[in-house]
Amino acid sequence: MTANKPPPSLEDLDRRLREARSKHDPAKADPSRATSIGQALRLATEMASAVFVGAVMGWGLDELLGTRPWLLLLFLALGMAAGTLNAYRTAMRLSAAADKTDKDGGPSA
Amino acid sequence: MAAGHSPLEQFAIHRLVEMHIGGVDVSFTNSSLMMVIGVALMSAFLTLSPKRNALVPGRWQLLAEMSYELIAKTVRDSVGSEGRKYFPFVFTLFMFILFCNSLGLIPYSFTVTSHIIVTFALAGVIFVGVTILGIVRHGGKFFSLFLPPGVPIALAPLLVPIEFISYMSRPISLSVRLAANMMAGHTMIKVFAGFVVALGIFGIAPFIFIVLLFALETIIAFLQAYVFAVLTCLYISDSVHLHH
Repeated sequence: MTANKPPPSLEDLDRRLREARSKHDPAKADPSRATSIGQALRLATEMASAVFVGAVMGWGLDELLGTRPWLLLLFLALGMAAGTLNAYRTAMRLSAAADKTDKDGGPSA
Repeated sequence: MAAGHSPLEQFAIHRLVEMHIGGVDVSFTNSSLMMVIGVALMSAFLTLSPKRNALVPGRWQLLAEMSYELIAKTVRDSVGSEGRKYFPFVFTLFMFILFCNSLGLIPYSFTVTSHIIVTFALAGVIFVGVTILGIVRHGGKFFSLFLPPGVPIALAPLLVPIEFISYMSRPISLSVRLAANMMAGHTMIKVFAGFVVALGIFGIAPFIFIVLLFALETIIAFLQAYVFAVLTCLYISDSVHLHH
């Protein structure tokens, strides 16, 4: 009986083909995650830019209302929260894209 | 690179044709020149390559069709079928950034996209355009973007400023990402190029490194243009569908 092995299923073949293809051309497998450093930079800029915007808004409002430094401090904290939110959303999007790529094997945004 | 040159000298702007209109310096600079070359090459590439319209495409036509397909798929995936009318904008943006990035890789040329003011202008146009688009399409309902549905009203004073800052930070992160990527890569290449001269015979090591770095930079030139296009699509999608 052991000599009469069943042929590999089509799904199995499909999976192996996909693996081989993605190994062959890693950059094409998903352009949005071709480099991890790009991903890291993306998260970092999302975080930093929100803090920056928060600080500028707080500073501007302080200048306008003469409440220095309280609004700057408040908006810095809000900016950090917004930055974390930004980074979280981006990370979720990246991992969703990665899941999608694993599932259908095609490039996705 | 001659000795004594700073690695940052490649980013210097020179006036080629001096022009002043009403006290404002609108001189034609090396940056403007590279943009004009970029636009000219991009137009030539896209109009000349599919000229013969062969059923079996040649190399150039294939390249043009591939870039078209890539952006068309990106727009379709993130905005949906209503996204079709924004395709020309996204595609133009993508091709312009791609050509500027790639032209910057040629030695002695100038990288337009390494200047934050250029990328910020691009991001600013997108930001203002997307905001107007959202207000025109949804009127006052557009501002519900700042308060996700299902949030208790007591949390609104905290969440609205956070969402607002998050929204305002979009053009900053969009422009800083592109400019920082371009500038960092090009500076690194110049710094290591300096090592090649300084180390004499051992300069072969940094030289090999530069070759590898150049390959990486080529990927990044494409990747950053693509990321810019993807994020533009996401922002358009947010304005069209009003959810994150």
